[in-house]
Amino acid sequence: MNFDPTATEPDPHPPARSAGRAVRIGIGGPVGSGKTALVAALCRALGDRLNLAVVTNDIYTTEDADFLRAAGVLAPDRIEAVQTGCCPHTAIRDDITANLDAVELLEQRFPGLDLVIIESGGDNLTAVFSRGLVDSQVFVVDVAGGDKVPRKGGPGVTTADLLVINKIDLAEQVGADLTVMAADAHRMRGELPVISQSLVRTPDAPEVTDWVLAQLA
Amino acid sequence: MSTVDGVAMVTLILADARFPGGGHVHSGGVEEAAARGLVTGEADLAGFLRGRLRTAGELGAVFAAASAHAAAAGATAGHWRLLDEELDARTPSAAQRAASRAQGRGAVRAGRRAWPSAVLEGLLAAVPRPHHPVVLGALVAGAGGGPSDAALCAGYLAVSGPASAAVRLLGLDPFGANAAVAALDAELRAVVATATAAAALAPADLPAQSSPGLDLLAEAHDRRHREEVRLFAS
Ligand SMILES: Nc1nc2c(ncn2[C@@H]2O[C@H](COP(=O)(O)OP(=O)(O)OP(=O)(O)O)[C@@H](O)[C@H]2O)c(=O)[nH]1
Ligand SMILES: [Mg+2]
Repeated sequence: MNFDPTATEPDPHPPARSAGRAVRIGIGGPVGSGKTALVAALCRALGDRLNLAVVTNDIYTTEDADFLRAAGVLAPDRIEAVQTGCCPHTAIRDDITANLDAVELLEQRFPGLDLVIIESGGDNLTAVFSRGLVDSQVFVVDVAGGDKVPRKGGPGVTTADLLVINKIDLAEQVGADLTVMAADAHRMRGELPVISQSLVRTPDAPEVTDWVLAQLA
Repeated sequence: MSTVDGVAMVTLILADARFPGGGHVHSGGVEEAAARGLVTGEADLAGFLRGRLRTAGELGAVFAAASAHAAAAGATAGHWRLLDEELDARTPSAAQRAASRAQGRGAVRAGRRAWPSAVLEGLLAAVPRPHHPVVLGALVAGAGGGPSDAALCAGYLAVSGPASAAVRLLGLDPFGANAAVAALDAELRAVVATATAAAALAPADLPAQSSPGLDLLAEAHDRRHREEVRLFAS
């Protein structure tokens, strides 16, 4: 217990407003689909080119933030973890306060930030980001979850600005039909884009990187 | 004034768990208490909530009521600073001060859109990141409510959030947790009465209910969060 009255607390003053704010991209999807791996790939691909930072929303501890720090893809102080009170979907959708605080803290720490990537905690197919928190969002599902996932739909699959079907290298092992997955995804999403990828085969996620760059243009 | 039978609508909205002010990530000490086996079921929860209401809850209610009173009386920048500092002085745990200011900031962000007012801007010009109860008082006053509305809000939030956290952390029967909050009716009225009666006092003379147990839980939560799983911010 710290009873020292002179102990320092966070700066109570609001951050200086920078001219433009960073573009905010949310990355959501079920547990283990490859969200953190994708964030790491984007940091590797874009870290040298862009002024970027990451917010993670783990259900448990700071697992994702620790992984990213250990991976060395981004300076540790460019990664913030928020706690979600057992409700990861609430923190990205219904009450985005903790995430906005983290984003604003990073914007204050790194003036002129170009991009903030927010990884949601692994959740169900209905968990999407509020438009009050992100400018656009990626929903990541994986082949190992079964080829039925795109056809089940839900707001993540049907409305995300980009759907990523990840781990296509595992299709044979789990008996998933990639043609069916892609066709279902396009049928559910109309004109919205779908990218199928494997981070084992293409660790730098080139197609998603290009999509992210297009969001910043 | 937007009131029905004396209760301002702003009170209902601020006290609603759906109010998007960031309250859902704070357990008010329940997570640490649960981790230590101090709260394990409905019976412990009822006692925890009663104690919390009469200490941290009453302190918050007193400052929310004083803030609403100050707002209606056209508080100066100096008065706002004094009020906020006096609440600092009554909150010995740095972790609790941080949690209160974080929730104050969340309430400001959501409240500015819902109830923009000169009163709120006056407070923020004097104190950029006020404590949660001080913000509640200014929001309530800005929307036409009075000190008792603000006190009701602060007192209720002091137990409703922790009760919900207990359901999420311990898998308690939600009907039981809800009933435990409802059972505090008389105590909450008493807290509101105390707070309303004190609302016009000078900040330095406001009552100072304390709860060393909650202070210790808050500090322990903050410390342990660095070592093991903590799902709530406080
Ligand atoms: N085979 C294969 N494994 C992958 C691929 N992408 C990610 N993985 C692995 O899948 C596991 C889960 O990946 P994460 O990136 O942690 O998944 P996540 O969605 O962030 O998980 P949560 O945050 O827990 O919801 C890890 O072991 C990754 O190495 C891929 O394309 N192919
Ligand atoms: Mg992850």
